[in-house]
Amino acid sequence: MIGHLIVWFFFAFVVHAFAAPLNNIYLFHFPLGYYMAAQGSLAAFVIQLFIFMKQQDKIDRQYGVAED
Amino acid sequence: MAKLSFEGKSFTDNLPKIYGVYTGGFLAFFALMAIFEQLGASADLIGILFIAFTIAIYAFIGILSRTMQVEAYYVAGRSVPPVFNGMATAADWMSGASFVALAGGVFMGGHGYMAFIVGWTGGYVLVATLMAPYLRKFGCYTVPDFIGTRYGGKLTRLCAVIVLFVASFTYVTAQINATGTIAARALAIPFEIGVWFGLAGILVCSMLGGMRAVTWTQVAQYIVLIIAYLLPVFWMSIEQGFGFLPQLQYGDAVQRIMELEPVLGVGAPAVATVASDFPGLSVLTNLHATPGEGAMAAWKFISLAACMMIGTASLPHILMRYFTTPSVRAARTSVAWSLFFIFLLYFTAPALATFSKLQLLDPNLPTAIIGQPISEVLNLTWVQKWSSIGMLAVADGNGDGILQINEFFLRADIIVLATPEFAGLPYVISGLVAAGGMAAAMSTADGLLLAIANALSHDLYFKIVDPKAETRKRLLAARILLLVIGAGGAIVASLQLTSILGAVAWAFCFAMSGLFFPLVLGVWWKRANRQGAVAGMVIGLASGWGYLIAVRSGMDPWFGLDHLRFGIVGASVSLVSMVVVSLMTPAPDEEIQRMVDEVRVPRGDTVIPSKA
Repeated sequence: MIGHLIVWFFFAFVVHAFAAPLNNIYLFHFPLGYYMAAQGSLAAFVIQLFIFMKQQDKIDRQYGVAED
Repeated sequence: MAKLSFEGKSFTDNLPKIYGVYTGGFLAFFALMAIFEQLGASADLIGILFIAFTIAIYAFIGILSRTMQVEAYYVAGRSVPPVFNGMATAADWMSGASFVALAGGVFMGGHGYMAFIVGWTGGYVLVATLMAPYLRKFGCYTVPDFIGTRYGGKLTRLCAVIVLFVASFTYVTAQINATGTIAARALAIPFEIGVWFGLAGILVCSMLGGMRAVTWTQVAQYIVLIIAYLLPVFWMSIEQGFGFLPQLQYGDAVQRIMELEPVLGVGAPAVATVASDFPGLSVLTNLHATPGEGAMAAWKFISLAACMMIGTASLPHILMRYFTTPSVRAARTSVAWSLFFIFLLYFTAPALATFSKLQLLDPNLPTAIIGQPISEVLNLTWVQKWSSIGMLAVADGNGDGILQINEFFLRADIIVLATPEFAGLPYVISGLVAAGGMAAAMSTADGLLLAIANALSHDLYFKIVDPKAETRKRLLAARILLLVIGAGGAIVASLQLTSILGAVAWAFCFAMSGLFFPLVLGVWWKRANRQGAVAGMVIGLASGWGYLIAVRSGMDPWFGLDHLRFGIVGASVSLVSMVVVSLMTPAPDEEIQRMVDEVRVPRGDTVIPSKA
């Protein structure tokens, strides 16, 4: 869980602090700083939550506390 | 259809089929309207039909799912499958502000404004990791129910009800305002009447069936709003030659705007003498994709995103949606699906803003108006229509007869509603967008009204005033409260105290000031006790509110924390006071500590025994 919060912190805050320099790099024809705010961070959050869901289920089963 | 019952296994198994038929029906209706337009039906008639048809469907679902059972009324019988709960949460979440105002904000405000997009999605990571599964395991009906049981004491519960009321009521007036605005424009009635019309539509969905009715109408509303948001963007992208997957392919459009900006002189302020003629309207001065210079701009982005995220994780009407899932695991799955459905709209919003701006700016497109003779621009129907209601204005600041970028004034809120007209799309699209905006505002208003009414009826009336009240009386009280609060919201909304987006940001800040730390520490810190929670809620809300009033009455904001970001102050004070007071007073008793342990284990019964 702490790992997920670190990933979250990176995509939520750290990348956007460097938006101006990142705009000089291009990804799929987008300036990267803009891209992270418009799509990149969002996609990262979605993927992260589905992974979190899977991992958490596994932990629950491993320690025998899962629901049926 | 008439015999359809909204419970049981056969119902949940049939959900994909039911909503599939519904989506097909809605698309068929859209096609029918397009044919009507070809046959010469007026734009007004199409607008009215769109609003009337969609509201009639929501009302139909609302009436079918009426109930007199407590478990169904408060938490939809805890039987909503995760994917559908995800859709309902997405509709609950995406308000009139997301649908109507967000793309317009990005259009006018550029990069700095995208902090809303990052904040409104990132918040769900906090919901999933810190809150939703644990609150579901607790088995409460409302958010104050959790606070009241975890910390104990009627005063604690009452404080939570007050914070919930302040945050949700601020939010709901903004939504009723939005439904009123759309109803007024589509049905050609005055705004003050439009507000009441919108309220009637909202209440019909929630009065009879409570959470169960709201859940199933919200799923229907999500489908309408997402179609209405995506369709125009796909249309423009294909027409402008950016391809069939606009969200991945509009990079060149962004670059083209960045190229045009210095040529057109974006950033030059409007001529002051002209600008003063148009209060509430502004010209485009922010660059599209270039962030502001220096550390302050970065801090502003980050602090706004942080407020929206922490606010997301403390808004009661969102958290209570996760009480409706069948299990703890389903609650977790459902958060992931919610974010996916929300993501579909939010990652489209900047694309919409980009295409819409390019339509107006790029001299190679036939729809461009910047650089054209002013007399020609004034002849355009959409320019005339939006200027006549004071939402747009054109004025020749330098007297050369050509429209410059700083001579085109508009209100950011109209971008989504007006873009189909900028781009010259048929009117049937405008009607669709109006119905989508209505769905977005109604679904959020429903969730909010229900959150307030349930907290007052369950926590204030049943748990504090009259614990012996029978079921019938409790549910009757809940419904009367729903009416009264709705009417109160409509009265405040018709006063139009603040803009839609301003009110929404305030609601987030109120919620995070008062509720975030009492909720998080309630799950994660066993030592947190009653006195600490009361201090956290009361001092947090009071200091956030006090700071807001101080900033609004002219105080210099600390570290650039303006009235949109006051939640940072409130939440920090809340954390400090909660920790200090908890440590100064005795630890909670063993029973409470065991309760906290149990919350973290998914298996087994809910902490509060269910009494269906």
